Amino acid sequence: MTKDKNKTLLSMKVNGKPLEVMVNPTWTLLRVLREELRLTGTKKGCEQGDCGLCTVILDGKAVNACLVLALQAESKEIETIEGLGKEDNLHPLQKSFIENGAVQCGFCTPGILMSAEALLRKNPKPSVDEIRIGISGNLCRCTGYSKIIKAINAVTKK
Amino acid sequence: MKAFAYYNAKNLDDAIAVLSDGGGQSKALAGGTDLLGEIKNRYVQPDRLVNLKSIRGLDKISYSGSAGLKIGPLATLTEITQNKDIKQKYPGLAEAAESVSSPQLRNMGTIGGNICQRPRCWYYRGEEYPCIRKFGGTCFAVSGRNKYHCILNGGPCFIVHPSDVAPMLMAYRARLAVKGRSGEKEVAMDDFFVLPTDDSTKENILQAGELITGINVPPQPPNMAGCYLKFKERESRDFALVSAAVALELDGEACRQASIVLGGVSPVPHRAVEAEQILNGKAITGELVEKAADAALADASPMDENEYKIPLTKTILKRAVLRAAGVGV
Repeated sequence: MTKDKNKTLLSMKVNGKPLEVMVNPTWTLLRVLREELRLTGTKKGCEQGDCGLCTVILDGKAVNACLVLALQAESKEIETIEGLGKEDNLHPLQKSFIENGAVQCGFCTPGILMSAEALLRKNPKPSVDEIRIGISGNLCRCTGYSKIIKAINAVTKK
Repeated sequence: MKAFAYYNAKNLDDAIAVLSDGGGQSKALAGGTDLLGEIKNRYVQPDRLVNLKSIRGLDKISYSGSAGLKIGPLATLTEITQNKDIKQKYPGLAEAAESVSSPQLRNMGTIGGNICQRPRCWYYRGEEYPCIRKFGGTCFAVSGRNKYHCILNGGPCFIVHPSDVAPMLMAYRARLAVKGRSGEKEVAMDDFFVLPTDDSTKENILQAGELITGINVPPQPPNMAGCYLKFKERESRDFALVSAAVALELDGEACRQASIVLGGVSPVPHRAVEAEQILNGKAITGELVEKAADAALADASPMDENEYKIPLTKTILKRAVLRAAGVGV
């Protein structure tokens, strides 16, 4: 690890793995995930907390990684889309998104999956309205909301 | 983004000392959802962020029948929406917190930060506009686009206060504990906010180094009915176009005492005193509420693009009062 007097050591757990990384205080959690840890499944969009593309789960709660400073994640547990499922072992939500055609361009999908996952952990049988509220912080510019809601709803019925 | 240092406050006094020092170049960091947006837009360029979340115990929520509700400033909006005592005894506050933005922002954003959030005016938020609120220049909304600006108490700056939670806390007559270098004081929320005629560069009385250390909501009488309603341009999540926070002390069909605070109409959460006076001591009817709504907006002075806010505000006020009173129309 190179020494840089402007940088500080950040310790956190990402997808179950404890790790340490040198960060600049101005860096967001999003930047550290994407640029330092190369976890590029978490997307970068508006960077203002409007679009929800960068949604990750921090200590069990969905947050916008673009509005969390990396150092605010000190000693926290972060979950990203990379930890949700594997290509050969998809998460039930991922399977349901495929089965229900809930993916169009796909750019919003990782963020919406993380929002949906955070919702279902807290509320395994949400109503359709609760699903809508659960993903209200995520924009899909293909506007495929109906199928996204259907896909999330289908998981809760299994 | 200009470089800044990140400092974990050891305790409240330490945070206050660090924030008082350095001529306002240090900024307090709670959830950060508002502050980081400002820093990214480059018109706020602190040398140092002082992380308050390293201070223990500032996120507690407690309730007792005698002392009322005590909320630590670092309680998140999600925690407010989920707290049983708040849902039961102060339902309007749970509604107001729930109406704020998205789950992601409610999970990070704190109640103290929500009360102290900066305006959403697009000229204020745009780094290219040297506006009166940022740098003491001119107000671009006067001759520019002013659809979302104020209709009451405007000038020389025409922002609206963006908080949903503050109007409801004010309706419940909350008080804020404020601590600075010179000690601690308690301020009624009615006296916390500052109109642009007094100072157009800040929204509240906090001086550099002063922090909200507690939000105290008095116990409410058992026949108190509170609710918070807001009109949004986008239904899923948005700031209020206009909103109404209502707490009515009912006595059968009569309203013993009304507390009504409007959001989205003025640079500060706006207590509708005229409307309260009309409702006090009378039975709530559609006709009376109509009169109260007219009185609340009698002094409205709309800009080129926001005259629509007058009928909208009257409607939200009427709906909120009738809903709180349990009167169908």
